[in-house]
Amino acid sequence: MCECNKKKSDLSLLSGVLDEYAKVEGSLITILQKAQDIYGYLPIDVIYHVAEATGNSPAKVLGVATFYTQFRLQPIGKYLIMQCQGTACHVNGSERIASAITEELGIKDGETTEDGLFTLSNVACLGCCSLSPVMMINGETYGTLTPEKTINILRELREKAEKEGQA
Amino acid sequence: MKKIVVGEGSCGIAAGAAKVYSAIEPLIEGSGIELKITGCIGMCYLEPIVDVYEGDALVQRLVRVSEKDAQAVVDAVKSGDFSGVEELKILEEDKEFLSKQTRIALRNCGIVDPTDIKDYQRRGGYEALKKVLTTMTQDDVINVIKTSGLAGRGGAGFPTWFKWNAAKNSVSKSGRKYLICNADEGDPGAFMDRAVIESDPHNLIEGMMIGAYAIGATEAVVYVRAEYPLAIVRLENAMKEARENGMLGKNIMGTGFSCDMRIKAGAGAFVCGEETALIESLEGKRGMPRLKPPFPAQAGYNLEPSNINNVETFANVPWILANGGEKFAAMGTEGSKGTKVFAVTGKVKKGGLVEVPMGMTLRDVIFGIAGGIKDGKKCKAVQMGGPSGGCIPYSMFDTVIDYKALGATGAIMGSGGMVVMDESTCMVGMAKFFLDFTTKESCGKCVPCRIGTKRLNEILTRIVNGEGREGDIELLEELCLAVKDGSLCGLGQSAPNPALTTIRYFRDEYEAHIKDKKCPAHECTALLKYSIDPEKCKGCTLCAKKCPAKAIDGEVKKPHAIRQQDCIKCGQCYATCRFGAISVE
Repeated sequence: MCECNKKKSDLSLLSGVLDEYAKVEGSLITILQKAQDIYGYLPIDVIYHVAEATGNSPAKVLGVATFYTQFRLQPIGKYLIMQCQGTACHVNGSERIASAITEELGIKDGETTEDGLFTLSNVACLGCCSLSPVMMINGETYGTLTPEKTINILRELREKAEKEGQA
Repeated sequence: MKKIVVGEGSCGIAAGAAKVYSAIEPLIEGSGIELKITGCIGMCYLEPIVDVYEGDALVQRLVRVSEKDAQAVVDAVKSGDFSGVEELKILEEDKEFLSKQTRIALRNCGIVDPTDIKDYQRRGGYEALKKVLTTMTQDDVINVIKTSGLAGRGGAGFPTWFKWNAAKNSVSKSGRKYLICNADEGDPGAFMDRAVIESDPHNLIEGMMIGAYAIGATEAVVYVRAEYPLAIVRLENAMKEARENGMLGKNIMGTGFSCDMRIKAGAGAFVCGEETALIESLEGKRGMPRLKPPFPAQAGYNLEPSNINNVETFANVPWILANGGEKFAAMGTEGSKGTKVFAVTGKVKKGGLVEVPMGMTLRDVIFGIAGGIKDGKKCKAVQMGGPSGGCIPYSMFDTVIDYKALGATGAIMGSGGMVVMDESTCMVGMAKFFLDFTTKESCGKCVPCRIGTKRLNEILTRIVNGEGREGDIELLEELCLAVKDGSLCGLGQSAPNPALTTIRYFRDEYEAHIKDKKCPAHECTALLKYSIDPEKCKGCTLCAKKCPAKAIDGEVKKPHAIRQQDCIKCGQCYATCRFGAISVE
């Protein structure tokens, strides 16, 4: 038995977006972007709901959602680490940064830590090439990274989250 | 009046410019000093940058300013005596970074406040649009662009006037025509389009409105990469200002010409830089290229006549219309006119944005402006054109910047990414890096691209892992040609370029990996071997303590040794040893 629709998201949150865009031709990507802003990712029942409201097949909507790297089908952690894989970062050692993150957190590209704190996502280029290697965590850019510096940043964030959890 | 201007482009902000701004703000209260922001001046390696003006004259440029310097900076500005911030003053040699450039597309970047239309107008902004709308016909505009020789700056280098003319002559049954700006800057290592939008958004709007008038467009759309949030915010704000001032929307400047503009945020797909894929994406679909013909000029967005140009192309347009096509064409070479912006990054001393006339040599840019290679290493090559381009070896640095001359090397002009590499970069690894990228970004429509890039990537992966086989180089070459021939769009046609150029110029590195199982650049970890010289080892035990694999044996004050079968080749021992006893080959 397929369990695709088992998860229940609050679809009413999306009604404003659908009222505005559902009937506007060519706005599927915009709708999915706004849905992801609301839910943090694209739950499968939201995909079905968007398909119905826009008159598309679920396959078409899922096809668009899986084509673009911006869309996520899984929830993300409190901190989203966007690790730059651009050419300048590559030349300046981004691979060592990637392995430092993997070693510290035990996650690879696209994965989330078990405690739900960190998600690692590889991105093509953040455009801060002169600060390479670079990563961005929840909108804040960290540049000229070394493996040690990276690990310290992650540990600080974890401590911060733990303190917030206790308070 | 005195004015402090903080450079707040994305790079500047990443380096801490916003914190500097917030630290200065409370300190100047009531002093009569004005505090403003500007975009990216292009000297990324000196960020955050703070400029001090008296009226319109720049009196002092301070670099690598941190929030801790705020008080000293404000004191200096108040007194006019900058001796207290001596170490922040820009060096003479760094001033050359800008003085050796010729800026047209970037002419306002780092000078105007991107959030204030008046700043743009003070520098002659919207005068070209006024001239066009009040004194010129559509053909007049296209002729000026034709005279200028402006070619598409997104990489392909197609003559701009030709596309405009085709779109102008194309008849739309519904009356709708679209002008689209491609700001889906996907080349990892290029950021000039982002800098133009963030730093001088009105220049883009003006260039686009001139283009819209020339082709008779009814609507303009800017397709921006979603990874550029600041660019989107600044452009939205600029569009609002332009509308309020009658430069955009209905009846522009009272001339009867109407065209509005909107932003479409991309969702992350490199292939959307291809114009027909971009159109598919604008229509809300998977961004997969269409078969041409029909060309976008005949049936583009919503199957209506459409014209697509890159950001930098539009950024040149107002200047050309204001100064004349001849003046633009006077710069450059026979086949490539005007200037080109490059994002120079990688192992150079001075990374940043460089705009130079066509016809300069690669050496002029990389050594003359960007200061050459950092850390005293040897220059090996420059990568141009990103995943669609190739690596040009140091021995060919006298090649001039020209569409044809660069094309002849096997690389391309591209959108302007210039990633410089030194002797520590493995060229096989570089080819693998790009094939890894194109494998992920191939849309999957054409089998030779979808499967071919994957196979190329697999072969390159086995070579860097030390499992390369005799005949792999020839196999790569054969497969590269098949992928080129069998792909519909530019992504597939150019995806083999990084592999082909590195084989062409660095075949010896491929052979070293395959035959000798060695990586000459010491980058491919699987091929490295660390060993300890017992003569030099003092038995300090530091390396053994540091080794995460516990692969180093030895007693205190006696020579240590690495158990090769357990070594994970992380290089930590090498970095730790204070006696130079550990070697790598």
